[in-house]
Amino acid sequence: MYRYDHYDRQIINERVAQFRDQTQRYLAGEITDEQFLPLRLQNGLYIQRLAPMLRICIPYGTLNATQLRKLAEISRKYDKGYGHFSTRQNIQLNWPKLEEVPDILEDLATVEMHAIQTSGNCIRNFTADQFSGVAQDEIEDARPWCEILRQWATFHPEFAFLPRKFKIAICGSKRDRAAVAFHDIGLEIIKDAQGETAFKVFVGGGLGRTPVIGALIHDCLPKEHVMSYLDAILRVYNQLGRRDNKYKARIKILVKAMGAEAFKQKVEEEWAHIKDGPMTLTQEAIDHAFTFFQPPAYEAIDAAAAQSALDDQRLTDPRFAAWLSHNVVAHKQPGYAIVNVSLKETGFAPGDITAEQMEAVAELSEQYGFGELRSTHEQNLVLPDIRKTDLFAVWQKLDALRLATPVIGTLNDMICCPGGDYCALANAKSIPVAEAIQRRFDDLDYLYDLGEIELNISGCMNACGHHHIGHIGILGVDKKGQEFYQVSLGGSQSNDAAIGKILGPSFAQDEVPEVISKLLETYVANRTEEERFLDTYRRIGIEPFKERVYA
Amino acid sequence: MPDIKIIKDGAVVADDWQVIRDTSEDLPQGKIIVPAQYWLDNKSSLDARGDVAVWLASDQSPKILGDTIGHFELIAVDFPAFGDGRGFSYGRELREQHGFTGELRAIGNFMRDQLAYLGRCGFNSFALQNTDVDAALKSLKDFSVHYQTSIDNPQPLFRARS
Repeated sequence: MYRYDHYDRQIINERVAQFRDQTQRYLAGEITDEQFLPLRLQNGLYIQRLAPMLRICIPYGTLNATQLRKLAEISRKYDKGYGHFSTRQNIQLNWPKLEEVPDILEDLATVEMHAIQTSGNCIRNFTADQFSGVAQDEIEDARPWCEILRQWATFHPEFAFLPRKFKIAICGSKRDRAAVAFHDIGLEIIKDAQGETAFKVFVGGGLGRTPVIGALIHDCLPKEHVMSYLDAILRVYNQLGRRDNKYKARIKILVKAMGAEAFKQKVEEEWAHIKDGPMTLTQEAIDHAFTFFQPPAYEAIDAAAAQSALDDQRLTDPRFAAWLSHNVVAHKQPGYAIVNVSLKETGFAPGDITAEQMEAVAELSEQYGFGELRSTHEQNLVLPDIRKTDLFAVWQKLDALRLATPVIGTLNDMICCPGGDYCALANAKSIPVAEAIQRRFDDLDYLYDLGEIELNISGCMNACGHHHIGHIGILGVDKKGQEFYQVSLGGSQSNDAAIGKILGPSFAQDEVPEVISKLLETYVANRTEEERFLDTYRRIGIEPFKERVYA
Repeated sequence: MPDIKIIKDGAVVADDWQVIRDTSEDLPQGKIIVPAQYWLDNKSSLDARGDVAVWLASDQSPKILGDTIGHFELIAVDFPAFGDGRGFSYGRELREQHGFTGELRAIGNFMRDQLAYLGRCGFNSFALQNTDVDAALKSLKDFSVHYQTSIDNPQPLFRARS
């Protein structure tokens, strides 16, 4: 993974000093609340319902064991001994003290971590496929590109006060695991006719109040121009994006209003001034970025023998077999596997992890891998490089840590925002809804029979829980001061990107599990063999589901 | 008219430019910064008096000044609120695309903690409001290393590294 050099260290240390000074001036009354707002947000600090919340950046979901241990230490020292992984692959602390945040940032800097631009109207953390570098269907590793562009976006002087937040995702695999169509900018790595790396550029996708699928504005952008082209897009948005209404300020509204073709024209005009200028990437710079993401020292493993040993172990322990089928993913290196560490144990908020669990997972990543981990936008962790011969031992340890819930990709692997229990913006709680569903569908055989279902829950229309793109989406709404839940069907975050359709009138909290149950029964009654929930929905439409639920 | 203190070229200096926001009254004597649209509408009379600069509102691209940009000793960009970041792009555009080499001044409701970014976007003078300008000077130098290309240093860090 990327390691800081003296330049990066200098920048991050200067940032800590800058925010310490800003915090002191704020506490001394020299900066108003209004002025401090963007300054603290650009360091990830929110003032929440119960306490401040600090969002720490995990660049494109890549972290190492040392960093995870430091996060555990920080969560104990400054908080309540746990953290929450968000849908942008970051980690959030729910109980820090404002006056201690500069110290937290200083501690983070010792392990090359920070909270820069994790909130505010600026370019946020880049997200990427959590399996970058190890996925079997990879075209090219997205991480070096994320790192090149992370540096471009970090303290970009022109784009720190945009009309609204700005999210960028990069996907380098055939299957889109980064939801590129639902970002302000989505980059899809491709190979051009000569076999050179290039990008498809999508712009103006997003969730929130107005969910939109991004428009393709460049179908083959040569790699050396990716930085200047993004600079041009941001410059157009910074000047023309709406600033009179925060609900209409995202780039998606601008692209819709102008039309994708006219927007592209504007971008090309701006780009003409800077294309081939100093922002043009040199091959040396690209190569330099790639040196940090070379494959680790994989051992030569007898893949066939490892597989047959695994098949024997599978027979001896059905719980291991279930975990192997659901939480382990094929690796591009023979003899190795990718392990999902599930943060979806019933009774714990989805995405939550304790300090003890962080330390134990860090230990596992070193003992059985190369000390590297990933965080996922589905709010789980990943051990990317596990020898197949170690899978049983890793499973036993994860199981003891309650991190082996074998539900990855199922209904119970839901994405869920912190909701009304923590968040000041929420209309309704989301964590208790997730738990009620997990308890209702605690029969693993039934869950597995239902197959791949993405259930996403947001506590308000800001859509942090990505409810629009869940196969089943649940949105908390406020109805005359009461918490209600609106259900939508048919969303997809993958290559077949789609926005869910609202089923009908909303439900009280205690009705939600029963509603989900009726939706699933409708699916089971109508599916053909091979059909996922989403496929059946697409074939039969929303009506049969509606009839069953509102009968 | 009392001199006010501004930051210019990295130092605190006395300044005698007056920003004219209301053009319905008679213009005062001395050096004035008038709204860009007012200047466009009254070019010939303003040219005759001399010591006139213009300020761009946050929804006015420098493009409205056209070929006359080089004519000015000073161009100001107004920040109606510190969260309105359009002016950052106007600064870069004036320097990069229009080759403006005169004084580029930030006026209005920007804040001390934006000085470093403004400087990198080509601004070299800052008329801060309600701020201890001597103390604010330090915020211009919040960072000594930068990743991106900028007006004050066109070489992005990746070129220095490789």
